[in-house]
Amino acid sequence: MTIKIDVDMTKCQHYGQCVFEAPDVFRLNADDKLEYTAEADDSELANIEAAIDVCPMQAIFIVK
Amino acid sequence: MTKPVIIVGASMGGLRAAEALRRFGYAGPITVIGEERHAPYNRPPLSKEVLAAEVSHEAVAFPQRESTADVNWVLGTGVERADLEHGTVTDSKGETHAYGTLIIATGLRPKRLEVQNSELTGRHAVRTLDDAIGLRKELKPGARVVVLGAGFIGCEVAATARKLGCEVTVVAPGSHPITRPLGVELAKELQRRHEAMGVRFVMKTSVTDLVGTTAVEGIVLDTGDIIFCDVLIEAIGSHTNTEWLEGNDLDLTNGVLTDNDMRAVKANGEAWPNVFAIGDVARFANPLFDAEPRRVEHWNIPTDTAKRVAQVFTGQAEGQFAPIPSFWSDQYDMHILAYGLLALADEVKLIAGELQGECVFGYYREGKMVGVCGIGMRTTVMGYRKEFELK
Repeated sequence: MTIKIDVDMTKCQHYGQCVFEAPDVFRLNADDKLEYTAEADDSELANIEAAIDVCPMQAIFIVK
Repeated sequence: MTKPVIIVGASMGGLRAAEALRRFGYAGPITVIGEERHAPYNRPPLSKEVLAAEVSHEAVAFPQRESTADVNWVLGTGVERADLEHGTVTDSKGETHAYGTLIIATGLRPKRLEVQNSELTGRHAVRTLDDAIGLRKELKPGARVVVLGAGFIGCEVAATARKLGCEVTVVAPGSHPITRPLGVELAKELQRRHEAMGVRFVMKTSVTDLVGTTAVEGIVLDTGDIIFCDVLIEAIGSHTNTEWLEGNDLDLTNGVLTDNDMRAVKANGEAWPNVFAIGDVARFANPLFDAEPRRVEHWNIPTDTAKRVAQVFTGQAEGQFAPIPSFWSDQYDMHILAYGLLALADEVKLIAGELQGECVFGYYREGKMVGVCGIGMRTTVMGYRKEFELK
């Protein structure tokens, strides 16, 4: 099973807090902008939930 | 019947505590009692994006997780007192609740201006959703806005009001905005950028009275000058919400003193086995820095302390609790991001970029980095985060 991830890019301010929680899913590119992998393995769930918690803009969602 | 875990305070800390208890395997009853009528929501946007747009609960509400669907939320209800010896709390409706474990998450409330003529309307604070809803209506283009206080909230609200077309004056006792904890050099630059956007600063000044008959029409300064205004925003700091805990064996000097497991501490230094404090209201030592207990009003602290409590409660805590403080602030197109406890520094220096553009400052105590703060240059700032990990 995989987890589908959505980031509301109208809310995202590229703070990168998610990068520390789920580095295999979220990263900042050379321009300090957020990039992410829209599908992750189930084993990433705890990390993704932690990333959701620490997002200052509350812009990260798991798509059901 | 098993006595529940009772969490007092239904803001982010209370929510995160309930979620973390479930995540670490506690399946028993949880009750969360909160004074505000709203389900938990995210406060930072209330001085920034959401205040600039349309303020609603929907815009800031935290998503509800399935794991906490069976949590008993008692909202719109304050807690009047606690009896830790007998394990009860009594709410504002007179009902007494028995707990097995108590988690204190009552946070802060804004300080308000105390002057003779303080009964006037038109005075605002920015802490709750209802505060922001009330303030948003008044921030009309051309409105004369005075912001009292030049800390983070004051500067953010000033920037937002300016963006909305208000005429904004910041009045504060310090020399420059956010001098503590940013340091003078960065604070001066911040002021320059605000002034370039049209915000006026009246610093090293305090307010002695208000002008007006029913609504506030101006403020009287200690110089005798009067600044007329339509809207007064008070961003002058906060009080800890601990009155309800008085009369118990606790150290409430500045918030609730806890040990490294977030357990509330008695006068004799022992910890209450079943009473924890989290978030803004908790005062604890962070071994990343020293043994001095401090309250830390950073956004990540409620989440980090809630997780620690859940780990301790379920017997899964390992090692020392040493959360890396982090904060951010948006003002105009400036994105400020910081890690560490900048206020501890005895030396502050520019370590990357240029002061008038994107820049990063390092904060040092006796030569050791205790904080890093950047305007822009996030990847650089984030690169320093590892400096604060427990070695």
